[in-house]
Amino acid sequence: MTSTTAQGPGIDISVNGRALRVPTGSTLAKLLESLGLDRARVAVEVNLRVVPRAEHETLRLNHGDKLEVVTFVGGG
Amino acid sequence: MLPSREEEKATPNDRTDALVIAGREFRSRLIVGTGKYPSFQVMKEAHEASGAEMVTVAVRRVDLNARGPENLLDHIDTRRYFILPNTAACYTADEAVRTARLGREAGLSNWVKLEVIGDEKTLYPDTEGLLAATRTLVKEGFIILPYTNDDLVVARKLEDAGAAAVMPLAAPIGSGLGVQNRLNLELIRAAIRVPMIVDAGVGTASDAAVAMELGAEGVLMNTAIAAAREPVRMARAMKLGVEAGREAFLAGRMARKPYATASSPQDGVVGR
Repeated sequence: MTSTTAQGPGIDISVNGRALRVPTGSTLAKLLESLGLDRARVAVEVNLRVVPRAEHETLRLNHGDKLEVVTFVGGG
Repeated sequence: MLPSREEEKATPNDRTDALVIAGREFRSRLIVGTGKYPSFQVMKEAHEASGAEMVTVAVRRVDLNARGPENLLDHIDTRRYFILPNTAACYTADEAVRTARLGREAGLSNWVKLEVIGDEKTLYPDTEGLLAATRTLVKEGFIILPYTNDDLVVARKLEDAGAAAVMPLAAPIGSGLGVQNRLNLELIRAAIRVPMIVDAGVGTASDAAVAMELGAEGVLMNTAIAAAREPVRMARAMKLGVEAGREAFLAGRMARKPYATASSPQDGVVGR
């Protein structure tokens, strides 16, 4: 469940430069799932550190975390 | 112009003449991009026609608004094509290093086509940033294929920094102008031991052949194929162009001379 206007309990993070509010204690895996992203197709950086796929289920997001979520696109 | 290296003269006819980068063999000396195609279907067919075994991809933020768009990797058979992530549009070593690390995590290898751009109009490399990023990433175990300019001093520094190949541009990215400075490419080839792969600016098949005749070990291109009127046909032309150029290089071309030397006997002509 993510919403920029929710007033309920949650933490504020930023993903790809966009502010998001997510439930406290969300794991990275849950966030990716809620965003409709296939974990096998993306790579994630949290606060400038690349988070390996193996850590997606265990890493809990904190208030103020800055995420970059990338994928491969066409290029030369 | 410059003499061939000994190992090139020694290539026997029946050897595979594989392109070897960081100990990995490729039978094709053509590397192609995945950008600017009119459709994924055309891209797939062009890749097939090109005979390429390695394709480049860019690393970008996912679009959080679009739900379930088709992903590029849905259209590339990764058992068949080796994926080479690039750090396109990175203007600092830091950006390139971050992008390379993410590319490694998203992909299937620790190989990266390293780009640190220094100018928006020409997309020429910032060689200072490129060298810094190369040194950092080599220490982290990456296999670096740096997109660089045609300066032999920079090429040597990249090799000394641990780059697995050196990839000088023929002309600005997407310009289709073909090799602008043949001498510089020959000088680079003579100055380094790692493979030289001409990357950027190729426009048509003869450009690719010229690059190979100069002694390039491979050619990397994207726009030349994707922006052709018939990309699949151009991909086939490029495959042939690279092969023709390589054969001509290995065959050892004749010397250039300013005056004629006849091919037919000059005496015994009737009536003389």
